[in-house]
Amino acid sequence: MSGDAILDGLTMACLLVGALMSLAAAIGLLRFPDLMSRMHAATKPQVLGLLLMLAAVALQMRSWALLPVLLGAWIFQLLTVPVSAHMVGRAGYRTKHRRPDLLTVDELNPVVAAAAKDLAGDPEDDGGRDRGGDPAV
Amino acid sequence: MNAMGIVLIIVVVILSLAAAGAIYRIAAGPSLLDRVLAADVLLAIVGAALATDMAVNHHLNNLALLVSLSVIGFIGSVTVARFVSDRREEP
Repeated sequence: MSGDAILDGLTMACLLVGALMSLAAAIGLLRFPDLMSRMHAATKPQVLGLLLMLAAVALQMRSWALLPVLLGAWIFQLLTVPVSAHMVGRAGYRTKHRRPDLLTVDELNPVVAAAAKDLAGDPEDDGGRDRGGDPAV
Repeated sequence: MNAMGIVLIIVVVILSLAAAGAIYRIAAGPSLLDRVLAADVLLAIVGAALATDMAVNHHLNNLALLVSLSVIGFIGSVTVARFVSDRREEP
């Protein structure tokens, strides 16, 4: 078996597994009951799936000059996916897109409730959003 | 037909099924954030399809599009999540 055939086989394996990651995410989106568990499934094609697909491209092009570009694309995805997932999860938790009956431990709820109570109890306090003005308080 | 062609057909079928699932979740909801999440997954599937095209046909025309897709997905989901508000009753 020649080297080219081995690299072609690796490419095909990467493509197939990467596509299966997308399918796993879609099945997770359809089958999981609430937003939080769907978020867990959605990360598969965004990180591991993209890594496998870019590895397939690199294995087919076989150019060292291309590698930094592909790595850069993947690392950029690695940096942005957690941030957007954090924003979606935070907004989802605070807008009650959660199923308390599915959770074993919910450590965030008392914190959010206390913050909401502080906000409601003191109408002058805007939750720390506006630090300017009213120096007497 | 060589092995790469067969793999390409299998990958296209799998990605089409995955895209159909993501589009169903975008249509069905039930909430805005579910749709944002499904749109993110659909974007990842489109990126996977672009990378598959590059790998099978030996070109690099889609590389810039692949990077800009991830930028668009990031900006889109962060923006929507920032401005989402609660319109539902307590479950």
